[in-house]
Amino acid sequence: MESYFPVLVFLVVALAIGVLPMVFGWILGSRRPDPEKYSPYECGFEPFEDARIKFDVRYYLIAILFILFDLEIALLFPWGVTFNEMIAAGANAWYAFTTVLIFLAVLVLGYAVEWKNGALDWE
Amino acid sequence: MNEWLSLAQGWLGPAWPVVWNVLKIIVLLVPLLLAVAYLTYAERKIIGYMQVRIGPNRVGPKGWLQPIADALKLLFKEVIVPSQANKVLYFVGPAMALAPSLLVWAAVPVNDGWVIADLDAGLLFVMAVISLEVYGVIIAGWASNSKYAFLGAMRASAQMISYEVAMGFGLICVLLVSGTLNLSEIVRQQGTGWFADHGLSFLSWNWLPLLPIAVVYFISGVAETNRAPFDLPEGESEIVAGHMVEYSGMAFALFFLAEYANMILVSFLTSILFFGGWLSPVAFLPDGLHWLLIKASVFLFLYLWIRATFPRFRYDHVMRLGWKVFVPITIVWLLVVAVWMLTPLSIWR
Repeated sequence: MESYFPVLVFLVVALAIGVLPMVFGWILGSRRPDPEKYSPYECGFEPFEDARIKFDVRYYLIAILFILFDLEIALLFPWGVTFNEMIAAGANAWYAFTTVLIFLAVLVLGYAVEWKNGALDWE
Repeated sequence: MNEWLSLAQGWLGPAWPVVWNVLKIIVLLVPLLLAVAYLTYAERKIIGYMQVRIGPNRVGPKGWLQPIADALKLLFKEVIVPSQANKVLYFVGPAMALAPSLLVWAAVPVNDGWVIADLDAGLLFVMAVISLEVYGVIIAGWASNSKYAFLGAMRASAQMISYEVAMGFGLICVLLVSGTLNLSEIVRQQGTGWFADHGLSFLSWNWLPLLPIAVVYFISGVAETNRAPFDLPEGESEIVAGHMVEYSGMAFALFFLAEYANMILVSFLTSILFFGGWLSPVAFLPDGLHWLLIKASVFLFLYLWIRATFPRFRYDHVMRLGWKVFVPITIVWLLVVAVWMLTPLSIWR
């Protein structure tokens, strides 16, 4: 865990760099209030309606697909790190490969179904 | 030098590790932020010349002071908070965009042993922190309470997570051949092999056996940072500036900084993972930081060149490229590499 201490310090410094410029900008910048200026930008119109509008369900679908694929990737990380060692050790290498092949086959099957059902299409 | 260090150590006592790390971080971040500033200048100059213009040349000799003038101008501009906005989240957005793009650098080695945190799970850390960037975008877009900002944030986040899948599978290929998550170790691994023994170490780097992955990784990096030709989250002609539309002054500058810091990061990571990091391409030249800087500069130039050359993609094409082209390529190449490693022809023994 000791090697993560610099990361903690870095996180604090990074957040400071993320916040301080805005504080300086707030202090140093001019301020001339105007209701038109503070209204949501809409190409010179009065805003028609609230911005919390309905949006395409596909964004939601993409997010779910991303979670699935990212989980698969996270699960493949330990295999990727140890695969070369397993080959060097000998006998277990093909076993390790076949296991991951089955794992990927399930993933690819789901991927093919998504593709066929048009979850990856945008019109 | 060492005497001075031990003197300071005794004087500061338990606060010493913090001070020492902050010093190291400053030594890394000051050149990085300067590079970000001058990358904007380089971009305007290079694209200018590519379009037979001169680019900025008024502030200082040959326009050298242009980035400083830009920063000062942004500093003195009003930070506008839209009346409809969620005030707290509105300011969390830019901070959340910039902080991860700086934090990643904690694990990025710039030379043999020159790294702030030499993490054994370095690659995992980099991936995890890069995925945090999407929060800055989506928080900013939602908090602005403007239709353009909202749609831009939805587009940007969908695009970023789509290309992260292809990037993730590509990184597994790198893991397979390196057998480690430590970024310094990945670079050292690339300096070994048949070609490296014969003085041509650039043929031993990962880019050659993993060529499709290297290409996919860099293009995904361009898409991940929302740069042209994948810049449709901020497509000026459709949704103005996307999630940044309501921001002004320093709050806007933070998004800008984050974008350029990410470009530099993707260039460095491509160099480290596929092009041998700080290793020299041939045996008779010494390794060192300068090689990493040269390689990263080439990729940064590529970024600008791509921007000056290609028109913007259409959104359905962007998603098709990510999901239907890059994901299959990376999965197939993952299996190719795994089988290759199992056969006697493996070059990674």
